[in-house]
Amino acid sequence: MELVTTVVSRAGAKMSSVRWKFRMTPMRWVFTGIAAAAIAVILVRFVLGLGATTNLNDQWPWGLWISFDVLLGVALAGGGYGTALIVYVLRRDKFYPIARSAMLTSLLGYIVVVLGLLIEVGQWFNFWRPYVSWGHASVLFEVFWCISCYTVIQILEFCEVGTEKVFKGAHKYLKKAMPVMLIIGITLPTLHQSSLGQLFYLMVGKVNPLWWTAFLPVFFLLSSFFVGAGMIVIESTLAGKALNHKVEIPVLRGLVKISAGAMILYLMLKITDMVVRGTFANAFAFDLPSIMFLSELFFGVIIPIIIAFSSLSSTRKGLIWFGILTVSGVIMNRFDVLFTGMGKYLNQYGGSYVPAVSEFIVSLGLVSIACLAYLFLAENFNIMGNHESEHADDITIKDGKYASTAK
Amino acid sequence: MAKGVLVDIPKCIGCESCSVACKLWNELEWDEQEKNKTAIDRAKEPNNGLWPEEWTSINRYDLEKDGESVARYVKAQCMHCEDPACVSSCFSKAFQKLPEGPVIYDQSLCVGCRYCMMACPFDVLRYEWKKAIPGVRKCQMCATRVANNQETACTSVCPTGAIIFGDRDQLLAEAKKRIKENGYVDRVFGEKEAGGTSWLYISDTPFEQMRFRTDVTTKPLPSYTEGYMKATPFVGVGWAAILAGLYVFNNKGKEPLD
Repeated sequence: MELVTTVVSRAGAKMSSVRWKFRMTPMRWVFTGIAAAAIAVILVRFVLGLGATTNLNDQWPWGLWISFDVLLGVALAGGGYGTALIVYVLRRDKFYPIARSAMLTSLLGYIVVVLGLLIEVGQWFNFWRPYVSWGHASVLFEVFWCISCYTVIQILEFCEVGTEKVFKGAHKYLKKAMPVMLIIGITLPTLHQSSLGQLFYLMVGKVNPLWWTAFLPVFFLLSSFFVGAGMIVIESTLAGKALNHKVEIPVLRGLVKISAGAMILYLMLKITDMVVRGTFANAFAFDLPSIMFLSELFFGVIIPIIIAFSSLSSTRKGLIWFGILTVSGVIMNRFDVLFTGMGKYLNQYGGSYVPAVSEFIVSLGLVSIACLAYLFLAENFNIMGNHESEHADDITIKDGKYASTAK
Repeated sequence: MAKGVLVDIPKCIGCESCSVACKLWNELEWDEQEKNKTAIDRAKEPNNGLWPEEWTSINRYDLEKDGESVARYVKAQCMHCEDPACVSSCFSKAFQKLPEGPVIYDQSLCVGCRYCMMACPFDVLRYEWKKAIPGVRKCQMCATRVANNQETACTSVCPTGAIIFGDRDQLLAEAKKRIKENGYVDRVFGEKEAGGTSWLYISDTPFEQMRFRTDVTTKPLPSYTEGYMKATPFVGVGWAAILAGLYVFNNKGKEPLD
């Protein structure tokens, strides 16, 4: 599919006309198929309600959609604010080549979260209520405001990229606003990533003590930060295949090391927390929660730290393993807080919850839509960085090169 | 004066007049599914008889007492916390605690996130899963009756005095008196639980055998997140200021990115 618009640009501009292209590959057809199935389920959900499309019940008012689409979606999209912090605020220009793609992934992640929430809540048409009816004692109030404002900020940030190609007149204004948007765009996610953890602090006595702690906000914030590098590695590997563009190893390695630094802090805090609250016995009871808790820490944090600080992270294979383990660790953690953490309490009088097939379809469908959108945007806008570095396959480039990319 | 209800469990004979009165006053639908259930069935199901159209239920527990088997009927409904978790958890203020005692819900403000259901320390909130446009359902403690100096519908029909309506303070004193006189379990469930509730229960059989959440915290639940929410604006502004400072410092003399 290729579409050429007839807008003639001014003399000296890079492109003579605006081209839109989207090449359908077998994988993209699969995404489209899943997305179509999800849209069908979503329509049924709006007509017949949540009971008809989910296995949610009064014991389990929150299920897959909250844990996967919201808790996890927000965490995995966390790479955006982390990268913005490292690149634009701390000016580690080395990482500039991945900034745009990381921030685009984050934007799409948040759009998925917002869509997921609209499907998930009972009275979706009332979504605007918290803007006027302030339930400011609720942690969710903060999450709501931050996520919605941050999504808008991210859209504006992307417009700065978009106006390089279309509506070029607005570009210079957006560029001027970038510093402010970046600072707000780092502050908001810092607040709501931690608040997503704090949400569970209200469920006193319901969540397993292994996960229920006053440190919940810190743990959620730190893990959303360190999972960023893992996501960028995975995303750049997948996008590298699809779009024939690879990010250089030193860039990824540097990022992975920053991430592992945050992991060490996370691990130390986890241990401190266990000492303070005396939950060592729970952690080594070797029942289901304990096994989940330990494997989450061992496979999702300790091994990635080892990979990051050993020679393993100088190979693409090592980096990919870092990505897979880190992301799986955070997925496990978010599921653990809700399902493993609350299972014993919520099932004590015979309650049960296994997500329905339709719930899985919607979750996968939303991810598919995000993937398709990512591919479209990455193919049509300057996301992957300087076009010169395209097709660069495992060529190590000296630091000097990045400075020129950054210009 | 804050109102309350005292439930004297051994006095209940399980006639379920209260459930009928509740249905009639609140105009709740008769649910096909609930028709053939007995108080024993309800005590065993996860929902303990509470459904969108069943705001109260009588559950029967067959227990051992002094070597004899006894049946105890327990009325379940919203406890109407003094400082409710649902009120503080609602980000659109759909819940409200009235000064007279009732905790009420307004569906027109509700977004349907169900955080209240997760937060409720007594798990009494029910959702209309079967409806396309659902709301949360629970006992409203006959808020309009109470506001007009009437007692709740359920207490008004109780033939044995197992549930009595009154000022919470007086009921609490009465409860303690009855515990002493009748040799009940030395605990008024609701005096301190979750920071105190408008509904108070006394019993001659252990509460934990009748699905009471006896290990619930005695601190009001909103106090767990109060400090966090109060600190948030300051943390946000402070963090933004630090970021702005770092941004200016690190970009000094450097060409801007992009």
